[in-house]
This record gives sequence, structure tokens and C-alpha cells, in this order.
Amino acid sequence: MSVNRTDPRIVAGILALAAIAVLIGGAFAGLGIEAVRNPQGAAAAFDGYLFRVARFTLWQALLSTLLSVVPAIFVARALSRHPQFLGRALILRLFAVPLALPAIVAALGILSLYGRAGYFAEPLAALTGRTWPGIYGLSGILVAHVFFNLPLATRLMLEALQTVPADQWRLASQLGMGARSSFRLIEWPSLRAALPGIAGLVFMLCITSFTIVLTLGGGPAATTLEVAIYQALRFDFDPARAVALTLLQIALTALVVLVLMRLGANTTGDANLPVAQRSYIRAKTSERTLNIAVILIALAFVGGPMLATVVSGLEADLGRLAGEASVQRATLTSIVLATLSATLAAMLALSLVMARRALAGGRPGGARKLLERFTDTGAGFVLVVPPIVIGAGWFVLVRQSVDVFALAPIMVVTVNAVMAMPFAVRAVRPAYDAASERHERLCAQLGISGWNRLRLIDWPVLKRPLATAFAFAMALSLGDLGVIALFGSDAVQTLPYLLLARMGSYRTDDAAGLALMLALLCLALTMLADRLGRETSK
Amino acid sequence: MTSTSAAVRLDQVVFSYSDTMVRFDVTFAPGEITAIMGPSGAGKSTLLNLVAGFETPREGRVLIGDMDVTMVPPADRPVSMVFQENNLFAHLDVEKNVGLGRSPALRLSAADRQDVAAALGRVGLAGMERRLPRELSGGERQRVALARVLVRDRPILLLDEPFASLGPALREDMLELVASVHAERRMTVLFVTHQPEDARKLAENMVFVEAGAVAATGKTADFFTKSGPEAFRHYIGSER
Repeated sequence: MSVNRTDPRIVAGILALAAIAVLIGGAFAGLGIEAVRNPQGAAAAFDGYLFRVARFTLWQALLSTLLSVVPAIFVARALSRHPQFLGRALILRLFAVPLALPAIVAALGILSLYGRAGYFAEPLAALTGRTWPGIYGLSGILVAHVFFNLPLATRLMLEALQTVPADQWRLASQLGMGARSSFRLIEWPSLRAALPGIAGLVFMLCITSFTIVLTLGGGPAATTLEVAIYQALRFDFDPARAVALTLLQIALTALVVLVLMRLGANTTGDANLPVAQRSYIRAKTSERTLNIAVILIALAFVGGPMLATVVSGLEADLGRLAGEASVQRATLTSIVLATLSATLAAMLALSLVMARRALAGGRPGGARKLLERFTDTGAGFVLVVPPIVIGAGWFVLVRQSVDVFALAPIMVVTVNAVMAMPFAVRAVRPAYDAASERHERLCAQLGISGWNRLRLIDWPVLKRPLATAFAFAMALSLGDLGVIALFGSDAVQTLPYLLLARMGSYRTDDAAGLALMLALLCLALTMLADRLGRETSK
Repeated sequence: MTSTSAAVRLDQVVFSYSDTMVRFDVTFAPGEITAIMGPSGAGKSTLLNLVAGFETPREGRVLIGDMDVTMVPPADRPVSMVFQENNLFAHLDVEKNVGLGRSPALRLSAADRQDVAAALGRVGLAGMERRLPRELSGGERQRVALARVLVRDRPILLLDEPFASLGPALREDMLELVASVHAERRMTVLFVTHQPEDARKLAENMVFVEAGAVAATGKTADFFTKSGPEAFRHYIGSER
């Protein structure tokens, strides 16, 4: 608010933006330089294969979205019409788990259920009369994407349904509306408003999905752009092709985000637990049975892979696994990198939140307005650039001057931090803005600023939301298999990387045990984040 | 401990935000209490914010004594302000909240602590150093804010409806406290209030603000007579 001194909070925000810009700009520079150096190579890479990959990327995302969102309508509706349903809160809690689960763990859970040697292989073989081939390729990708996104879509739609005022339900029950007319007149209008945003979010998540496609897809027939980028760099060592693929991926995600913004969707996705509200619905027995069936099927579909993860994980020789030096080293590496990454994410988020608030409090001016925009919505745009793309850019940029694999720790920490930052911002911003609303003038009056302000005024208010952001960012970083897939090596292995390696060498038991360990670690962190977050909002 | 009194002057000040604009040209007598009254949205709080430095004029000057403070940040102005609410940091105890008036880094010497304790005693909160704001009543919280004003010891005091949310008896007590503190320190007090009674009891002078400008100034006593400014009499409803 002071006019002739720069608020240190704004400086912090500028520094944070600069750091993010360097990370993303460096990646683009790498891609640009490569394209300029070898224009024929990059142009030649736009061949039939590339367009097949692009088409498959879109096709699987479209199918995944349809298969997630359409059933979610019915599941959400069933859940909303039975607020007293036994175990409803538990189901909703369970539906929040996939969001916290590392993709590689889910992929493994699905394989241990529907895979060639999975729990369902024998019954399915008996049923079809031939050996069960296991789900791989498109079917595997779809099952995994639906596993992640059906619960997400269901929760978001339930939230939309809960915006229907209680009076409307009372009116509906007084007028004697049946299931069909109340769907048409009450539920559908509120769902329809939320649907484009939810579908867009799911589509975005599927188009940038890397781990699922890497582990469950396979062969040139079931490869997406992100996996193709990875293969071009790690196996074919064809930077020109990687550049072409990356450019296409960026164009595609940018297009999707643009459409999403038009639809007013929230690209970070919300993880609030919807509370059952008092309802006035009396469902008929036939409808009731149908709803219960829908809920149970969804529950089995979502719960199955989780259960399989636990069961197959327990079957593994966990004791031996925990004693292995490579596992211990990977665990330590994972925890150290995730801690650093989460710290960085929390610091970036705090800087942006503080700067935004400081800028919003000042008198409007051209440059300030633009900066405020950047610290506000601009921060969310990092999600447009998938980690693999940033990783690929830096990979191409530095490959001639340094050993790329030595960069692994830095890349993992920074890229994951920037990817977790938008979520961290969401955890921190409401608390900071509310506190600032109360304290801004008082601090200006008493001359409390900079370090004093952070130490005396902001830190006590922010430590809980920051812990939430930290735990969430740490879970995200722990489970990530994007950047590490590009930069990982025998020297630097994280848990997901080790897991992938064990899967690749068909040591399925080891992989299952590691998956269970990783899943528990991430879930514990997410629950901690959730708890801290809820206590804050009280 | 006594600070010298200084006049506050808004010299042709123009300030605008979104689609409202205010123009103030007014002087507040040094060492005296002036009540600022007027309808909601007339610009009373804006006037105080301009003096405190929370807002910067587009044109004109803000003067305190002989000093042009137009571009001086809030903390560097010889001004203390008590708001209607949120005067305290909820997570800091009473002593720290008052101590911030002495050191924004909260580094308090033994002498500082003694001053804080004395100030708390002066406002009737002796021995409450360790209480947290949520353990205090609304009136007590405003007393803590006044204790901080005492510790800060600046020649200008701005009161932005500080007792508006208190009951009649509590407000009476607080008015007396302000009056006695003023008798002791002789600061220049600008007191925004909606209560004609407050103004009558406490303030020698009156500034009536209407539609973003000063509509009338004078002695409070004159304002409450039949010959008081018409706009003011209309505002308090004494036009009969």
C-alpha cells in the first residue's frame, strides 16, 4: 500500500515468476534451438507415424472421457438420491483415493486384476473358452483412465447436484415428481451446467496422461504423444522427432485449455468432500434397486484395483524388499527429492499469493495490473505444459554440454514443484487473503513489513495451509513418473522409477510390494494434507 | 512522553476510486478533538485513510504540522489509528499486540515492557498481558488498541468508528477513556462517528461530510443549535 517503496512481497512474487519462466523458457529454448539447428529433421518427423500417434492420443482421450463422464452422471445421481445410503460417506472417501494414488500404482493394480496373470485371468478364461490375453493397449488405457476419472467426475457432479436448493427438492416431492421428471426438470439442468467443465477436465487429464499409457499401452498401435516423446529421447535418441512431437503436444493441450477456459472450467479440479444434505426424495423400490446396483458396480470397479494392490502387495516378500539396498536407496532418494520439491512448491505458491494480494491492494496501474494477472491466473497456466514436455526441452537443450542424467535430481525437484504449485496456491490463497483482509492496514500503520511481517503476522496464520500444500505437493512428487522416466538412471532412481524397472524385468512380486509401499506413503500424505486443510478452514 | 500537537490539513485533495470521487479541503485544529459525521458512503473513512496514508491523493497535499506527508508511507507518518474492528492480531497476546506499537520487529526491552504494562494499566487492563484477543470482550479489545496508541505516542489519533459495535454503557466508558487520554496527551484527534451523542460529549469541533466533500465545519455546540448547518440538522433528523 505504500507508494514509494517496493513491497518485498511483490519482489518475492517476481522472483517466483522468474524461476517458473526460466524453467519453462529453458525447455522451449531447447526445443527451438533444436528445430532451428535441424529444420529438415523436425519437418521430416511430421510423418504418418506422428499423425497416427496424435490421432490415437485424441481418440483414447475422447473414449476415456465418454466412459468416465457418462456413467458418472448415473453414479452421482444415484448417490445424490440416497443421502442416507449405508456407507455413502465411505464410498465418497474411497472415490477420493484414486486422485491421491500414483498412476503407476493404479496401473499395476489394474494389471494384477485384469492382466494376463491377474486374479481375473482364470475366471475370464473359463468364461471365454480361451486363454485370457490380459488387458493391454487401448482397453488397458481406457480401464485405467476410467478408474481415475469416473470417481473424480462423480464427485464433481455430486457437487453440482448439491447446488440445487433444498426448496426445489421440497417442491418436487410436494408435486409428486417421479425419478424421470425430477431428473429432467431438476437434476439435469444443474448437471448440464457443470458437464462441459468436468468433461473438459477429464479430457485434459487423459490427453496428458503419461504413466498409464507407458505401462498399459504398448507398441506403436497404442502410443500417445507423451510416450512417443519419451521413446524418441530414451530409445531412438531422435531429438528432431521429440521436438516435432512436443510441439504437437503443446498445440493440442493449449487448444484444449483454451476451450476449457471458454467453458469456465476449473483446471485444477476440486477434491472437496461433498456433504450429504437433507433430502426430501422418496425413491420408489424399482428406482432404489437400480440406484443401488449402479453404486455397487461403480464401487467394485473403483475398489477392485485398490484391493488388488493391497492383496498382491501383501503377497510380495515385503521383508526382503525392505532390506534391499536398491529399494532403500530409491526410497531415500524419493523422500529427499519429494521434500525438496514440496518445499519449493510451497515457497513458489506463497510468493505468488503474497504478491498477488500486495498488488491487488495497491492503486491500479498498467504494469501492476499485468503482474497481478500473472500472479493470479497466470500461475495456473503451467498445467498447460506437461512435465514430459519441460523435461524433453531441457533434455534436448543440455544434452551436448552436460551429462543429462546428472541433472535428474534438479529436474525432478523443479518440474514437480512447478506442477504442484497451482494446487499449493489453492491451499494457501484463501487463508492468506482472509488474514490480509484483517491485517493489511494494521501492518501498514505499524510499519510491520518484510521479514518481520512474515515471522510475526503471516507465518502463524499460514503454517497450517502451508503444511497442507507441502504434504499434497510431496505426495504428487513422490508418485510422479514423468520427468524421472526421462532423466532416471542407475545412479538416480526414485521409487516409481524402480517400480517401472521391476515391472520391465517381469519381477511382478517386487513391483506389487513396491506399489503398496508407495501407495501407502502417498495416501498418508494426502490424508494429512486433507486433515490439516480441514482444520484450517474451521 | 507528551507529543507536541500538530494540525492536520488536507489541501485541495482529490482522490478517486472506481467511479466515486472525493475532494477535501479542510484543516483540523491542533490538539483538539474533531468529530467527523455524515451519511454512509459520504467519504468519512476515505478522509481518515488519506490522513493515515492508506490512500494516496490524485491531486493536492496532506499536511501534518508543517510537514507534507502526501507521499509518506503509513508507518512513517506521525499517526495512530483505531479501526472499528481487527485492531489486534488474533494469534498474538495482549502484550505483543501492544508491543508492536513500540517495535514492529517485536524486540522489546525491559523498559518497553514496563511501558506496555503501564499503558495497559492506564486503559484498565492491568495484568492482562498474556490474554489472547479471543479471550477478551469487544470493549476490552478496543482498550488494547488504545493502549497501543499510548505506547506509540504519535501526535495524531484517528478513530474510525471504534466504538460502533459496543453497547451504550461500554461506549460511554470508552468515550471517557478517550477524553482522559486526550486531556493528558493533547493529540489532534479525528473521530468518525455515527452517534451525535458521541460528538457532543467528546468533540469541540465538527466536520460534516456529504457526497465526497466537506459540507460544513464549526464548533460542535453550534451544530446542535437551531442555527446549525441545515444539511447536518437534516442528517440527524432535528428539522422540526
